[in-house]
Amino acid sequence: MSAPGTAVRMSYRQAVREGLREALQGDPRVFLMGEDVGRYGGCYAVSKGLLAEFGEERIRDTPLSESAFVGAGIGAALGGMRPIVEIMTVNFSLLALDQILNNAATLSHMSGGQFNVPLVIRMATGAGRQLAAQHSHSLEGWYAHIPGLRIVTPATVEDARGMLAPALVCPDPVLIFEHVGLYNFEAALAAPAPPVDLDHAAVRRSGRDVCLLTYGASLQRCLDAAHQLVEEGIEAEVLDLRTLRPLDDAAIMASVTHCRRAVIVDEGWRSGGLSAEIAARIMEQAFYELDAPVARVCTAEVPIPYPKHLEEAALPNAARIVAAVLRLCGRNPEGAQPAPASVGARAS
Amino acid sequence: MSASDTSPPANQPDAPRAAAPAPAPTRPQVLHLLKQMLRIRQFEDRCAELYQNEKIRGFLHLYNGEEAIAVGAMQALTLQDAIVATYREHGHALARGVPMHLVMAELYGKRTGSSGGRGGSMHIFSKTARFYGGNAIVAAGLPLAVGLALADKMQRHTGVTACFFGEGAVAEGEFHESMNLAALWQLPLLFLCENNQYAMGTALERSESETDLHLKAASYRMRSSRVDGMDVLAVQSAVSQAAAAIRAGQGPEFLELITYRFRAHSMFDAQLYRDRAQVEQWRKQGPLITFTTRFKAAGLMSEEDYQRLEKEADREVETAVEFAERSEWEPIEELTRHVYFEGAAQ
Repeated sequence: MSAPGTAVRMSYRQAVREGLREALQGDPRVFLMGEDVGRYGGCYAVSKGLLAEFGEERIRDTPLSESAFVGAGIGAALGGMRPIVEIMTVNFSLLALDQILNNAATLSHMSGGQFNVPLVIRMATGAGRQLAAQHSHSLEGWYAHIPGLRIVTPATVEDARGMLAPALVCPDPVLIFEHVGLYNFEAALAAPAPPVDLDHAAVRRSGRDVCLLTYGASLQRCLDAAHQLVEEGIEAEVLDLRTLRPLDDAAIMASVTHCRRAVIVDEGWRSGGLSAEIAARIMEQAFYELDAPVARVCTAEVPIPYPKHLEEAALPNAARIVAAVLRLCGRNPEGAQPAPASVGARAS
Repeated sequence: MSASDTSPPANQPDAPRAAAPAPAPTRPQVLHLLKQMLRIRQFEDRCAELYQNEKIRGFLHLYNGEEAIAVGAMQALTLQDAIVATYREHGHALARGVPMHLVMAELYGKRTGSSGGRGGSMHIFSKTARFYGGNAIVAAGLPLAVGLALADKMQRHTGVTACFFGEGAVAEGEFHESMNLAALWQLPLLFLCENNQYAMGTALERSESETDLHLKAASYRMRSSRVDGMDVLAVQSAVSQAAAAIRAGQGPEFLELITYRFRAHSMFDAQLYRDRAQVEQWRKQGPLITFTTRFKAAGLMSEEDYQRLEKEADREVETAVEFAERSEWEPIEELTRHVYFEGAAQ
């Protein structure tokens, strides 16, 4: 990614913190507020050290009042500030849904474009830590349903570091979903960190036989699966969607057209979810490019259970992605449904 | 029939407390206040007709009876201050100085409206007037007001954010969260609770265990007082004093303004929840009647003044209607505009 000697190895958590630090240093209008972002250092230790560096005015601990402090972020954005609101987890964002949906997403439109809400909301999302049914939601696809919002899902250290800056430049509300399973993930990051955009999906692995369309923590699951598929003689392309609203249709269709088979991997539930939206768009825009029906690997339709083996069984993983790909390619893995007869040998 | 239909209203307006006596107004001040209240009254009477004629659609919530609050409050605020209002906000917008013809065009849904026609009756916005809606979710404006006040405080501006809401909002969590944050952070925020006794059709005593709303503010260690919301001068005086204290850095304040809505909650309301006798009793204490009686007696205005101002208001309303009538509809090709901001980030 970067030349030797100019890269720094850091965790996703550190990368988010570096992005925050840069934003706070670069613009006096920027401030961070949320539950335990200050003295505690952030529930996931993302903002650790920022209170000492920037003070209580700009690293602002809030009471457990999601609706009020998210609404306050909207109001402060209207009033000329550039607030970054941290909601501890997506699960608690439901307590602020009125503000996000009825105010942040609508004020520009309802005012006929007189006002805009340059607000960034960060929240932790996702399952995998045995936190049971109320602390394991993946609702980013659900938020992507809402016109007026921009939804971004950094899946790499580079995006964790870089997505905040363009989000703050954006005149509209941007929701950044940071997967809890990624905070300890480490990778090399070029120094200085390269700028990133919020507009384009990124091919994280090139391939030709099947494209895996994914985002967030499922990116690593897809890369693992792609690695395993090499042994089967299948070269999978992995497209990191990065932004869930607006979706980068051009990149999705390019990858689908190139590979002619597509598997959507989404930690959200299957019914009415983001994977359904992407599949529908592929049908609308690239149906005749397909050699096989679009497949999906999603979370099972169950509130996330506490026991480890049941939680793992509910979530997408590399094995299930591999199995879905093999079915698409007519390999008929053990226990799987036979592939449609028309799905042929192109992969080999 | 519930108890509230036969028992007296929970909060009689004859017991204002705390607000200092208003200084005696001059004749020009009397005529100005009367004119502002009449503009709202005549505008909305016409709106009711236009609703029957299906020129105005959707929900229409009239402020009839409550005019003294918006008019009194706006006299005490400056253009540096920010206003957050509710879905019953025609009066606030007009008193704030949003031009009447733009408000009427908005109610028509025309592109010349104050929000380009996109908002309608419940979503009047004006950047030049620092008028931040027009919010149709009860209590959802309060967190916004917290943020506007926070922005002013962090930028060392001297503005006050005035947040209007009905007494129904005090039952919402957002009210309590916002009161707490405003007091905790000592924000320049004025909470203006328009207590018109009914949340749609539910009387305050049928929905709140504590009907003395001032005690709720006190529990957040916030200065608070109850004001006769039918008396425009009392409102002006109370808001003026509160705004001065807030500007002086003394933190937020809560005013409960006792009032009554003479018309239905919206145009769909058969008013089964209250006696006509109660409405008539309150009408006698209405803001226009009490004001004109008082200042005719004081020799500061005459019946001719009233007639003249009413005619002027009617002319302004008709001009606004003509403007709305002849304004263009936004073309359907522009349907998806304004979902995302079209200007550059600042």
